[in-house]
Amino acid sequence: MHGDPDEARPPRDALQAQLFPPWATLVARLALLALVLLPLGLLGLLMALQYSPYVTGQGITPDQPVPFSHEHHVGGLGLECRYCHGGVEVSRFAGLPPTETCMTCHSQLWTNAAMLAPVRRSLAEDRPIRWRRVNNLPDYVYFDHSVHVRNGVGCTSCHGPVDSMPLMRQAAPLTMGWCLGCHRDPAPHLRPESEIYAGHWTPPADQAARGAALIGHYGIRTAHLTDCSVCHR
Amino acid sequence: MRRAAILLLPLALLACRQEMAQQRRLATEGTSTLWPDGAAARAPPEGVVAQGALARGIQGAPARDIQGAPARDATMPPAVTPALLARGQERYGIFCAPCHGPAGDGDGMIPRRGFPRPPSYHEARLRAAPAAYFFQVISQGYGVMYSYAARVAPADRWAIIAYVRALQLAHSVPLAAVPDAREHLP
Ligand code: HEC
Ligand code: HEC
Ligand code: HEC
Ligand code: HEC
Ligand code: HEC
Ligand code: HEC
Repeated sequence: MHGDPDEARPPRDALQAQLFPPWATLVARLALLALVLLPLGLLGLLMALQYSPYVTGQGITPDQPVPFSHEHHVGGLGLECRYCHGGVEVSRFAGLPPTETCMTCHSQLWTNAAMLAPVRRSLAEDRPIRWRRVNNLPDYVYFDHSVHVRNGVGCTSCHGPVDSMPLMRQAAPLTMGWCLGCHRDPAPHLRPESEIYAGHWTPPADQAARGAALIGHYGIRTAHLTDCSVCHR
Repeated sequence: MRRAAILLLPLALLACRQEMAQQRRLATEGTSTLWPDGAAARAPPEGVVAQGALARGIQGAPARDIQGAPARDATMPPAVTPALLARGQERYGIFCAPCHGPAGDGDGMIPRRGFPRPPSYHEARLRAAPAAYFFQVISQGYGVMYSYAARVAPADRWAIIAYVRALQLAHSVPLAAVPDAREHLP
């Protein structure tokens, strides 16, 4: 029979030493911590990825059927946006120029350039040139060009310095946060009518005072601009 | 290892474009296989009159509106007002100045790059030409100049013509007609 029950067992320390090495506690604690931090980190990474240029498409320059250069046509020749994007001040949509608009000049200029072959083919076959979209919002977002360009928001506030772009790229992230950033406080972005269509624009030194005056000039009421129904109708 | 892979699964969501982001409708300048030119947007059929066209005096509109009142005739010039001139100046700058130059001398940026040089608006023949002739040139084109009918609405054509007239006038004003000319000279 047994006398002292402890006698049969090895000492306590020796037992533990067999099952877990001394650093096991640390590992266990770290594992617990990782259980919490890893999903959080992954979630954070996902969130960050959502706003990275890789997902928003900011800075992407799609290949176009004709390497049309805004740098040459706007910056070099001084053509105005509305010569080609005629819908911009009267409709939701800025619109792209029909082939006939290109041929206004290219029926006489660069008539043999290989670069312009797709333009001539488009005219001959009466099929529009298939430009690839650069800026594209999801279909559930309502956007309107005319309300912006007639109320002091210039093209380059959203499309970047167009007159120095050899090929068009998406200049803004086009996320909801980006839209709201301006809708909460549009004053720093507002310009007078004469500068809406400028190929590049930097705010003057006294923009704070000018912006406040322009809010009154255009009669912009900012209170409702962040309502969901403004952009999700 | 497999558990770790499951943790990465939400990443696949990033690649999703939901039905709501790309709805089953034709985009404004989207493509469609329904018509031979491949475009979803259609030009209105021949002879269609847009709502409100009568009041705005669009060319091709019937002579009388539904109530039988005579519609504004787009081929008749409107009264010249400061607002019309300002509109004309803006439209001229967009559509004509690239070739005809800001002052109408025919030395715009495009001729300087090799386009045939247009005539100056200040030559006697064009000074004598009636406004209706300018309207016709804008609407139908002239020689190597393409028609601007699709780009410049009839009301804007008249505004441009008013501004061209102002340019012609400004080009030939005698000094005596500007009493304070000295103040404006450098
Ligand atoms: C000579 C005609 C012409 C003029 C003038 C012109 N554009 Fe364009 N624009 C085009 C063509 C053609 C495209 C389509 C090809 C491309 O995306 O580069 C385009 C594309 C664009 C796009 C990208 C559209 C998309 O797919 O998202 C933006 C933005 C744009 N233009 C802004 C401007 C602005 C701002 C101005 C004036 C400062 C201007 N453009 C002047 C012809 C013109
Ligand atoms: C108002 C006249 C005008 C219109 C309209 C116009 N272009 Fe041009 N384009 C020019 C001139 C002038 C040049 C020569 C550029 C130079 O000398 O810097 C040119 C050059 C080009 C070139 C050669 C490469 C380059 O950029 O220098 C391409 C390609 C081109 N245009 C495409 C187009 C397309 C596509 C359209 C229609 C959306 C168009 N152009 C509309 C006047 C025009
Ligand atoms: C407030 C921001 C903003 C301003 C100001 C703005 N745009 Fe845009 N633009 C956009 C957005 C957003 C899109 C994408 C629209 C979509 O996907 O429905 C776009 C699209 C375009 C397109 C492609 C065709 C279309 O209409 O969707 C062109 C061309 C264009 N813009 C030209 C211009 C020009 C020219 C101006 C100045 C006169 C201008 N934009 C001013 C935000 C802006
Ligand atoms: C740089 C500033 C700026 C940016 C960026 C901007 N907006 Fe706006 N937006 C304005 C201003 C200013 C107004 C108010 C115009 C007015 O009604 O007086 C406005 C008005 C609007 C309206 C009409 C509101 C009404 O009264 O019903 C819509 C819709 C809209 N914006 C959508 C968008 C969307 C979608 C985006 C992002 C893709 C965007 N905006 C980005 C400045 C901006
Ligand atoms: C100024 C315009 C604007 C306003 C106001 C606005 N949104 Fe948005 N919203 C957008 C744009 C643009 C997107 C598309 C963002 C993208 O593609 O990354 C969007 C996307 C969304 C999405 C989809 C997000 C996703 O990642 O799929 C939801 C949900 C949404 N908005 C809810 C709201 C709610 C709720 C409100 C009101 C509190 C609101 N929005 C107000 C412009 C706006
Ligand atoms: C792409 C360059 C270009 C543009 C833009 C242009 N024109 Fe012209 N225009 C010409 C040329 C070149 C001629 C001479 C044509 C010829 O003799 O074959 C001409 C001739 C004319 C003439 C004189 C016709 C005659 O009897 O000699 C008038 C008037 C005229 N244009 C008006 C306009 C108006 C108004 C606009 C703006 C809506 C305009 N043009 C835009 C190039 C242009």
